Amino acid sequence: MRQRVDTVMVEERASSFTQRSIKTQSKTQGLRLALSMIDLTTLEGKDSDEKVRSLCRKAITPWEGKMTPPLPTVAAVCVYPSLVTIASRALEGSGVRVASVATGFPSGQFPLSVRLDDVVKAVEAGADEIDMVINRGAFLSGRYEEVAEEIKQVRLVCGGAHLKIILETGELETLENVRAASDLAIEAAASAGPIADGEVFIKTSTGKVNPAATMPVTLVMLDAIQSYFDKTGVRIGMKPAGGIRSAKQSLHYLVMVKETLGNDWLTPKLFRFGASSLTNDILRQLVRQHTGRYTATYDFSEA
Amino acid sequence: MTTETQKSTTQQPTEWEYSAAPERFPISIERTNKLFIGGKFVSPKSRKWFASSNPATNEKIADIATAGAADVNAAVLAAKKALPKWSKLAGSERAKYLYRIARRIQERAREFAVLETIDGGKPIKEARDIDIPLAAQHFFYYAGWADKLQYAFAGRSVQPIGVCGQIIPWNFPLLMAAWKLAPAIACGNTSVLKPAETTSLTALRLAEVMQEVELPEGVINIITGAGDTGKYLAEHKDINKLAFTGSTEVGKILMRNAAGTGKRLTLELGGKSANIIFADAAIDQAIEGIVSGIYFNQGHVCCAGSRLFVEEPIVEEVIHKLTHRMKSLRVGDPMDKNTDVGAINSPTQLQTIERYIKTGVAEGGQLHKANTQRLPSKGNWCNPCFFTDIQPSHTIAREEIFGPVLSIMTFRTPEEAISRANNTPYGLAAGVWTDKGSKVFEVAKRLEAGIIWCNSYNKFDAASPFGGFKESGFGREGGMQGLKPYVKLV
Repeated sequence: MRQRVDTVMVEERASSFTQRSIKTQSKTQGLRLALSMIDLTTLEGKDSDEKVRSLCRKAITPWEGKMTPPLPTVAAVCVYPSLVTIASRALEGSGVRVASVATGFPSGQFPLSVRLDDVVKAVEAGADEIDMVINRGAFLSGRYEEVAEEIKQVRLVCGGAHLKIILETGELETLENVRAASDLAIEAAASAGPIADGEVFIKTSTGKVNPAATMPVTLVMLDAIQSYFDKTGVRIGMKPAGGIRSAKQSLHYLVMVKETLGNDWLTPKLFRFGASSLTNDILRQLVRQHTGRYTATYDFSEA
Repeated sequence: MTTETQKSTTQQPTEWEYSAAPERFPISIERTNKLFIGGKFVSPKSRKWFASSNPATNEKIADIATAGAADVNAAVLAAKKALPKWSKLAGSERAKYLYRIARRIQERAREFAVLETIDGGKPIKEARDIDIPLAAQHFFYYAGWADKLQYAFAGRSVQPIGVCGQIIPWNFPLLMAAWKLAPAIACGNTSVLKPAETTSLTALRLAEVMQEVELPEGVINIITGAGDTGKYLAEHKDINKLAFTGSTEVGKILMRNAAGTGKRLTLELGGKSANIIFADAAIDQAIEGIVSGIYFNQGHVCCAGSRLFVEEPIVEEVIHKLTHRMKSLRVGDPMDKNTDVGAINSPTQLQTIERYIKTGVAEGGQLHKANTQRLPSKGNWCNPCFFTDIQPSHTIAREEIFGPVLSIMTFRTPEEAISRANNTPYGLAAGVWTDKGSKVFEVAKRLEAGIIWCNSYNKFDAASPFGGFKESGFGREGGMQGLKPYVKLV
């Protein structure tokens, strides 16, 4: 049965997290944590080898300056399948993971065989994580079993790679759809075999559709993760992506995770931000706290 | 460099805790606080003072004047003296004063919020985001009515009643003052207001605002003191109207005494409101409604959803989710901006709450201490909690506790939900949670309660009338309906 979701109260609770006052030590700690959770992403048609290499350098060494304790690396670099080889070479031995979008990203409007092949190629090229898109057309027309079956097939060809399932919530529109898609995605992934904690994520958006990640949408997805945990004891991961640009926003999301799923989920193993410009805003705040001075935008490398 | 950063990569869950975030807005509090009579602060003729303390520490904040019989008399006479001029002033002119008061409350909002929290123990978050903005909104709202009274009562002409005696409780001190004063003076009445003895400070600061806006002397008088002061005021022969918000016990006494005197009376009394959750509700959001229904303002809310009725198939799920949710409620220093549940208003109230919890356990209820936040060593504190294995006949399910204590009961059919919800001498508020529109209307229509929230709880607005059925009182405050208790229709 579809879980009911009431928009008014979801929005109210989501906005309550933005009222938390995160200052001093908790701010520094939170920002470092957020930095370590970033999937540094570039998903453009004009992406070049050079751009991916420079993104990888940024992922390993977010800031060239010295800070104690040293800054964490980001969690992963997220690129198109054709650039996975470049990324995985650049990130070798760094601990930063290689994530690749696949399954005909961003629309998913391709035959299943093509989408599965996309995944297989990305994994072969060295992707540690696959960010797949669900078949929104099938979902919105009520062909849930088809959506579920496709997710299952994708997970089966992922091999050892972790799977992030993009719901593209901007196209699902209602929070009830978001919840239904979350439940469906988790169950479908589980139908392909047991899930270790953090092996499967649900993710809001491709970043190609507006609105992308919002607090209410993420809250509903966190509720789905909580329900699945209550039922099975398995921890599914969460990745809001797109639209999270400021350090302050990232803290709001961390507050939301802390006050719903709890501290257990405050790790890059279970929570990620799909973002690119967020990194420099976090750095700007951390460097200010470290040196006591505000920095200019050009003080940080772009990628 | 690379290897150094690598090691620090956070891979284990972090015990990320919020640092203290105290509101530091500086305010000054007079050591002695006099009575506000005839536009001036005056020492009490009684020569008596009482101490007001901070419930979060039980440390004394200030001395406050006790208004004796002579002081009450002086205040009522001041109001009586101001009446002729004020009641004849054009509505549009009276409105200007109300607008000024509202603006001034907004300008001094942070000061009011801090003072409210120090004096009453409520979280600064609530004082800042709810109490003070709503108080200002009330003055704005009734300012709008002041010159449109004849449109509120079609075909009738409207006159003020006269001198109003207004007695308010300690749970929303400034907000209750606004609820009482704004419609009274908008309609051309004058007032003597008595705040509760544990929370007099914001009302007295509001008196400063009255001076700042140059409200004519005597239109609003504020006298402080405990039960005796209230008694003198209620029984004064020159009071034309008595408005009281507080316990049903005191309300009954006031009603007996007012009988035969010709005084008009409105009472907003206690409650034991039902919050009903059907199996077809959005459960995760209903949990939020339970929490804001009973734990808002430490449960010191007359319309608190203190009786929870859950449809049997989902009761375990609701209890599980509620328990989980309550762990994240932050109990403690009311001045910390991240505090969700503050201090219990007074040691006496804390004893009352603790007595009820003991009674609940003694009568066989199962106590769930779902929130185990460590409490400060000083002050009055009570962790939010709830009971299961409770029947409607249990004491804690019948009597108003006025604290963060919830009773959870079940039902099987809508019929049973309605009859259980209505099985109480009170009838202030109720909540209905279901995703089915027709059920909302069917159930809401048959609940005997003055305010019914559907898929929400504890929402307030100056435009919305508030008041009860049965022993929860009569008369409405707020909205167009809130004008009626303050006018004579001729």
